[in-house]
Amino acid sequence: MKSLVFQATTRAVTPLLLAFSLFMLLRGHNEPGGGFIGGLLAVAAFALYALAFDARRARALLGVSPQTLTATGLLLATGSGGAAWLAGQPFMAGLWLSAALPAELKLGTVLLFDVGVYLVVLGAAALVLLTLREG
Amino acid sequence: MLWTILIPLAVAGVAPWLHRVLRARAIWLLALVPVGVGTALALRVPREPLGAWMEAAEWIPELGITLAFRLDGLSGTFALLICGIGALVLLYAGAYMRTDPHLHRMGGLLLLFLGAMLGLVLSDDLFVLFVFWELTSVASYLLIGFKHEKQEARDAAQKALLVTGAGGLALLAGFVLLHSAASDAGLPMEQAARISVLAATDLSGHHLFTPALLLIVLGAFSKSAQMPLHFWLPSAMTAPTPVSAYLHSATMVKAGVFLLARLNPLFGDSAVWHVLLTVTGAVTMLVAAALAAGQSDLKRILAYTTVSVLGTLTMLIGVGTDLAIKAAAVYLVAHACYKAALFMIAGSLEHATGTRDIRQLGGLFRAMPVTAVSGVLAAFSMAGAPPLFGFVGKELLLKAKLDLEQLGVVLLLVATLANVFLIALALAVAIWPFFAPSAGWLRRGPRSAACRLAHEAPLPMLAGPLLLAIGGLFVGLIPGVFDRALGSAMASAIGGRPIMMELKLWHGVSPAALTVLGISIVTLTLGFLLFLRLRAWLTHIAAVVARLGRRGPARVYDLALTGLFASADRVTRLTQTGSLRQYVRVILLVLIVTSLGVVLSAALDGRPLSHRLVSADGLLAAWYWHELVLVLLILTGATAALLSRSHVSAIALLGVTGLLIAALFALFSAPDLAITQILVEALTVILLVLVLYRLPERTEHKARFADTAIALAAGAVMAGIVLATAALHLPATVSEHLARLAKPGAHGRNIVNVILVDFRALDTLGEITVVAAAGLGVYALIKLYRRRKAGEGTS
Amino acid sequence: MFVILALLVGALYAAAFCLLLARTTTRLLFGLLLLGHAANLLIFSAAGLVRASPAIVPSGAERPPPGHADPIPQALILTAIVISFAVLAFAAVLVQRAHQASGTNDTEELRTTET
Repeated sequence: MKSLVFQATTRAVTPLLLAFSLFMLLRGHNEPGGGFIGGLLAVAAFALYALAFDARRARALLGVSPQTLTATGLLLATGSGGAAWLAGQPFMAGLWLSAALPAELKLGTVLLFDVGVYLVVLGAAALVLLTLREG
Repeated sequence: MLWTILIPLAVAGVAPWLHRVLRARAIWLLALVPVGVGTALALRVPREPLGAWMEAAEWIPELGITLAFRLDGLSGTFALLICGIGALVLLYAGAYMRTDPHLHRMGGLLLLFLGAMLGLVLSDDLFVLFVFWELTSVASYLLIGFKHEKQEARDAAQKALLVTGAGGLALLAGFVLLHSAASDAGLPMEQAARISVLAATDLSGHHLFTPALLLIVLGAFSKSAQMPLHFWLPSAMTAPTPVSAYLHSATMVKAGVFLLARLNPLFGDSAVWHVLLTVTGAVTMLVAAALAAGQSDLKRILAYTTVSVLGTLTMLIGVGTDLAIKAAAVYLVAHACYKAALFMIAGSLEHATGTRDIRQLGGLFRAMPVTAVSGVLAAFSMAGAPPLFGFVGKELLLKAKLDLEQLGVVLLLVATLANVFLIALALAVAIWPFFAPSAGWLRRGPRSAACRLAHEAPLPMLAGPLLLAIGGLFVGLIPGVFDRALGSAMASAIGGRPIMMELKLWHGVSPAALTVLGISIVTLTLGFLLFLRLRAWLTHIAAVVARLGRRGPARVYDLALTGLFASADRVTRLTQTGSLRQYVRVILLVLIVTSLGVVLSAALDGRPLSHRLVSADGLLAAWYWHELVLVLLILTGATAALLSRSHVSAIALLGVTGLLIAALFALFSAPDLAITQILVEALTVILLVLVLYRLPERTEHKARFADTAIALAAGAVMAGIVLATAALHLPATVSEHLARLAKPGAHGRNIVNVILVDFRALDTLGEITVVAAAGLGVYALIKLYRRRKAGEGTS
Repeated sequence: MFVILALLVGALYAAAFCLLLARTTTRLLFGLLLLGHAANLLIFSAAGLVRASPAIVPSGAERPPPGHADPIPQALILTAIVISFAVLAFAAVLVQRAHQASGTNDTEELRTTET
C-alpha cells in the first residue's frame, strides 16, 4: 500500500480527521457524536496513517503508547465518577460548573467522563490495529 | 455476648503473627483468651432454673434474622466446657506439638473453632446458629486435615466435611421449614427464628412440623456421629491429639446433642421425636461400644466409646423424663471432662513412646506416674466407679431407665451391656498401659524399646488431664457443687420446665437405690471380667469388626464418592466434546425446542401470540420502496458473504452489509448509531484484512443439510421473537422520564449521549472496561507469541 | 415495515448461525460479525420504529418533540457496536494464534491438536 497518492492524501486528511474527532467529542452532548464516535474517528485517522505509512510512524504520531491512553481514559472515567463522592453525592452523579461556556458547551464531570470514553476507545482500538499492523 | 464470640475469632486472626513474635510462648497468651471469656460468661450464668440472659442486635432485618444470643443453664454449661477445656487443650497443644513446623497455625485454628463453638451454643436465632454450626465444620475440616501432606488426613477431613456438611444442609432446610411454620402460626418475622420464642409456641399441628423435625434431627445426628452416620468420627482421629481431645470428644461432636437438647422444649412432645432419638441413640450406644472393643489404636478406641456415649445422650433426650434429662446433663459434663483427659493421656503416651497401639504399651507407671494417676481417675470416671463424677452420672442413668415401665427394661439391658464394654475398655485404655506387667498387651514378646525409654510428659501436658481428672473426683465426692451451680439450670433449659437436681453419691437404703447400686456392682464386675478376657478375644473381635467394616456405612460412603466422580467424569466427557460446532448445535436446538414449546402451550391455551400485530398502527405497518430496497440489499450482501469462497470478497461484502445497516439506523431516527456503525465497519474491514491476509484460504466442507436446517429454523425463531415483541406493551415511563430530564437535569440535548455518559454512566464504565480488556488481550496474545518466538530463535 | 425488519433479523441470524456451524475458523469470525448485526437490529426493531425524529432536544427547547425515538435501546446498541468490534478483534487474533500454533484453521482438527 505504499502508494504516493495515498500517502499524500493521508497526510492531508489525518489532521482534519483528528480535529473532526475532537469536534464530534465535544458536541456529542447536544448533537450526534460523543466519546465513542469521536474515539472511533480518531482511531480511523491513525489506522489510515498506519496503512499508508507503517505502524512505527503512526505510533510516533500518537506520541504516547496506546496502553497509556487506555489506562488514562479508564482512570479519567472512574475519577470523574468518583469526584461526586467529594461533593457528597452518589458515585457517578454529574457535577457542573456554574459558568456557562459559549456554544452550549458546559464544563462538568460528565464531559470528563466522555473524554475518558474517547481515550479508552482510541487507546484500545489503536492498540489492536497497530499491534496487528506490526505483526 | 457478641464480644465473647468476636474476641476469640479476632485473636485467631492475629495468632500466626503472635506466634512469629513470641514463638512457643504465644500459646500461653492465646490460652488467656478462653480463660478470660470463660470467666466473663461464668459470672453472668443465671443460677435459677429457666433464667436466661438475652441479648439481640439487628443483622438482616429484611429476612428477620437477628444476632440474638441467650446465656442460660444449657448454653452456659457448654460455654464453660468450651472455654475451660479449650484453655487446657491450647496449653497441651503447645507442648505436644512443640517441634511441629505448623504449630503457629494450630493456636489460631483452635481459637477459631472456640469462637465458632461459643457462637453455636449461645445463639438464640436459628440461622445465626446455623452459620456458627457450619463454621465449626469448617474449623473441624482444617484441623482434621492439619497434617495435610498425608493423604489419609486429607481423606478423613473430606469425609468429615462431606458428612457434616450434608447434615448441615438438611439442618438448614429444617430451619427454613420451621421458620415458615412459625410465620404461619402468626409469629412476626423477627420472632419466627428465635429459638426461645419457638420453644414457647406450639407448632405441632402444622404440616411442616414433622418434615422440619426429621431434617433437623438428621443434621444433629450427622454432627453427633449417630449410626449410621458415625463413620467419619473414627477417621477423624488422624487429627493431632489435642484436636481429638477438644473437637472430637468434648465439644464439637456434642453440638448435635446440644441442638437436640436446645430444641427439646419445642419437639419434646412429639412421638416421632421420642422414638427416633431413643432407638437411634440406643443402637448407637450398643453397637459403637462393641465396635470399640475391636480396635487396638488408643485413639480409635476412645473415638468409638465417644460415639457410644453420644448415643446414650441422644437416647436420654429422647426418653425425656425428668430423670433422663438430669442424667443427660450430668453425663454430658462428666463425659466431656474424662474423655478430654483420656485423649490427652493417649497423646502423652504416644508422645513418650511413639506408639498408640495398645498391644505394645505396658509398665509405664514408673516412668509416667502423674499421667498414670490422671489416667486411673479418668478411666474410673468413664467406668462409672465410685466416687467419681462418672459414677454419679451412671447412677442417674440407671435410675432413669428403671423409672420407665416396659421400655425401661429393654433400655436397661442395652445400656448395661454397653456399659460392660465401656468399663472393660476404660480399664484397657487407662490402666493397662501403666500397670501391665512389663510385657506388652499380649504378654509375649519383649517390652518395646520405646516403653523402656519413656519419660514423664512436660508440665503443660500433665496439667490438662490431671485437672480434669481431679475435677471429676472432686465433683463426684461433693456432687452438690454441680447441681447448685449449673445442673438445675441446665436440666430445666433442656426440659423447658423447672427440673430441680439434687445429686448424691450415696442414696441411702431404699429398694430403688439398692437395685441401682446392685446393677452398678454387677456391671463393674462383668466389665472387669470382660477386660480380663478382652486380650484373648481381641483378635477375634477385630476380625469381626473388620468384616463389618467392609459392609458398613463407610463402605457406602466410599462407593458413593467413587461413583460420583466416575459419573461426573462420564457426563463431562459426554457434554464437553471439544467440538465447537457441537456446542452451537446444542444451543440452537434448545432454542428451537423451547420456543416451539412456548408457541404450542400458547396455542393450546388459545392465547393469540401476536394479536397486536394485526392491528398494528399505521407507522408500524407503513413501508416505503426505498426502505424495502435497502433491506433487500442488506439481505443480498449477507447472503453473498455467506456463499463467497474467498476471504477478501467476504470481507468486502460484509463491510457493505454493515454500511447498509448504518443507513437503516439513519432512516429510523438513530444518527448516533449510524455514525458509530459506519466507523466501526471501516475499522472492522481493516482489522479483518490485517488478520486474514496471513491465513490460508481453505475450501469449506460442504455444509450438512441438517446444519443448514438448524440455522434456518433458529433464524425463524429469532424473527418470531421480533414479531412477538409487538405484542408486548412495555410502559415507556423510564425513557420518557430520561428524555424529560436530559436538558434541565443533565444539560444535554442529545439524549442518547446523556444516557451513556450521565444517567447510565456506570454501565458505560463497565463497557469501556471490556473494550480496554479486549485491546490488552489482543496485545498480550500477539506480544507473548512474538516474545516466545524470539526466545526460541536465540536459544 | 416492522414485519419486513423482523424477517431481515431472522435472515441475518440464520446466516450467522450457518457461518458459526462451519468448520473453518475464519468463517466463525464472519458469523460473529453478522450475529452482532442481527442482535443489534433485534433490539432496534423491538424498541419500535420511528422515522425522522431522533431523541434530540431541539435547540432552545427543554423537551424532545413528542413521538421521538426511544433513546435507551439506542444507547444500548451504541455500546454494543463498539464492544462487538473489540470482541471480534480478540476473536480474530485468537484464530490467528490458533493457526500459528497448530497450523490449521479447521475447528474439528483444532479439537484434536489441543495442547
